Amino acid sequence: MNMMCEQKIDGIIEKYRGQPGSLIHALVEIQHENRWLPREVMHRVAEALEVPFAQVLQIASFYKTFSLTPKGRHEVHVCTGMTCHLRGAAKLLAKVEELTGLKDGETDAQARFTLETGACLGSCSIGPELIVDGRHYGRMTPDKAEDVLNRYE
Amino acid sequence: MARLHSAAELEALRAEILAGRDSGKPCIAVCAGAACDGMDSAAVAAAFLAEAGKQNLGDRLEVRTTGCHGYCEKGPNVVVSPGEICYFEVSPADVPEIVAATLKGEVVERLVYRDPVSGAKAVHMNEVPFYKHQMRLLIGDNPKIDPMKIDDYLAVGGYAALVKALSSMTPEQVLDEVKKANLRGRGGGGFPAGSKWETTRNAPEKIKYVIVNGHEGESAAFMDRAMLTGNPHKVLEGLIIGAYAIGAQKGFMYTRHDMPLLEKHVRNALAQAKEYGLLGENILGSGFDFEVELHFDVGIFVSGESSALMRSIEGNAPEPRPKYIRTSVSGIWDKPSNLNNVETWANVPQIISRGAAWFTSIGSEKSRGTKLISLSGNVVNSGVVEVPMGTPLRTLVHDIGGGVRDGKTLKAIHFGGAMGGSIPAALIDAPLEFDGMSKLGAPIGAGGLLLMDEDTDMVEVARYLLDFLTKESCGKCAPCREGMKQMLQLLTGLTEGRGKAGDLERLQDLMEVTGLSSLCALGKTSPDPLKSMFRYFRPEFEAHIPGNAAGGSGDTK
Repeated sequence: MNMMCEQKIDGIIEKYRGQPGSLIHALVEIQHENRWLPREVMHRVAEALEVPFAQVLQIASFYKTFSLTPKGRHEVHVCTGMTCHLRGAAKLLAKVEELTGLKDGETDAQARFTLETGACLGSCSIGPELIVDGRHYGRMTPDKAEDVLNRYE
Repeated sequence: MARLHSAAELEALRAEILAGRDSGKPCIAVCAGAACDGMDSAAVAAAFLAEAGKQNLGDRLEVRTTGCHGYCEKGPNVVVSPGEICYFEVSPADVPEIVAATLKGEVVERLVYRDPVSGAKAVHMNEVPFYKHQMRLLIGDNPKIDPMKIDDYLAVGGYAALVKALSSMTPEQVLDEVKKANLRGRGGGGFPAGSKWETTRNAPEKIKYVIVNGHEGESAAFMDRAMLTGNPHKVLEGLIIGAYAIGAQKGFMYTRHDMPLLEKHVRNALAQAKEYGLLGENILGSGFDFEVELHFDVGIFVSGESSALMRSIEGNAPEPRPKYIRTSVSGIWDKPSNLNNVETWANVPQIISRGAAWFTSIGSEKSRGTKLISLSGNVVNSGVVEVPMGTPLRTLVHDIGGGVRDGKTLKAIHFGGAMGGSIPAALIDAPLEFDGMSKLGAPIGAGGLLLMDEDTDMVEVARYLLDFLTKESCGKCAPCREGMKQMLQLLTGLTEGRGKAGDLERLQDLMEVTGLSSLCALGKTSPDPLKSMFRYFRPEFEAHIPGNAAGGSGDTK
């Protein structure tokens, strides 16, 4: 974590100090800022918001949005929603797994990619979809996936 | 922006906004809905703005970024008014030509709709087959509104229903109108909204809450985010009117965290409404106080379940609770909490403006009004569709949807995502109705409609849906957590050639037990897709059992 990020996290924690009901808000903001929740940060959240650490961990481990491990530089997301599935998402996912050597939720040793699956992002009309760092690549085929991933170092 | 203190001040502002607008001035509306955005419609909008800037066209042309127009398949969508000229699959390179033609009052012929068979052109929205069979009461304003501008909503008559309710109706009269309209919940249950409102209104607690459920976790459903992202004020207006009728002081909008535009538009809408005094204390001088807080789901399907959603708003893990006492009586922090879906709230303003009699003239006897449908799967024209209730599925599939992709044959129609059901193509003349579709085994749910073509393996679809639900279960109750897991194992066995005698009977048992004994709707309805597939496609399952008369080796393909 760099200094900037550290300061922003401190700011988020301070904003919600003494407000146990804002636990999810605080964790979401930290996740967006830092892209994962280090244990030490969760301890600080527990203390400031006056909730037991166990509850922080319950929320952080329950919801898929929160990551308890650091993520790669690029987040690769394959939509596995129903339309994408009917239109061949399983083959696309297999190809992306092969190209990255990752399974759902994993990050490679060089921290280049984190692979995630999930449904549904609502752009079903352009499925199957590969989404990298929030950028959508619609009507994706296994053949085209390599080109897309090569754009990210 | 100044705070408005009375209904008259709001109407004066509306008159001022309309007077400042030239209806003859061409407007280019660029869709920024989820699919168009995914096709980089932002680059198209930027190119229009750059072109208008370069030619200094500020006085002669308006460029507007809007919510979803509907025809997602052919995005990025551009609609030019007056005339609602529709351009499809527009790229930034097409922009100078569209601008030049628009200024001359001409049409860029190569970008308009062409019938894939006859080649016939359709220029205006009401001529395009995808649009012309629809009745777009809720979504139709989307191309006319920049969702970031409350003035655009006022210009199309927005907040007039709120004015009417606050200045000329008592809360009882508002409630009565919604009850008479027989508005049924659009989120999946089809429960009468008026009765639910009344329960919360009559609950003894003084503090009451109203909630917009914009979670939209149903896979392949994208109409609620199209509505909420594209026209947030319509939903908000419905919510404020509902709060007035119910006597709630506070509202919550609960929606997705993973749609940046949705968050931006809703946040902005709440701030603008507050500035105008449409939220806050003494709204339009009526003495009614109401505020709204925005909350986000954090990525799990079950948090769309009402009691789980309310736990989540409280800051806890979204575990459902048994509903011996309804959330409309005891919800958030044990206070009466009325929850309705985005589309249900969006229907409220027009019911108040135009009356229950008008509303009940649309749709079928037991299902009134229109329904938003997310049309996708193996369909030619996917997108957000709005039709009167009672419309035959055939109209949705063929007239609007254009049939099945790649010249294939329709095998099944699936409704309601992972907790819905599939019916065979032969039932295509069934009308779109809450009760009728439930009886057929494919309840409308929130409105996700998927076409499945001849190549679809129903056993694999059943496995896929249970795999999805198994991951989304909160794990609190054993029947849901363990029952689904066992069903998934059996189905996985079938698809991988490990089917054995007795599997289908065991699945049947598990379906019944899981359905009967799970705590919330997720577990209760988890066997529904499988049930519908057993009902209509059982031979496909039998073919995976060795030694069966159907003779399957268990080899899928």
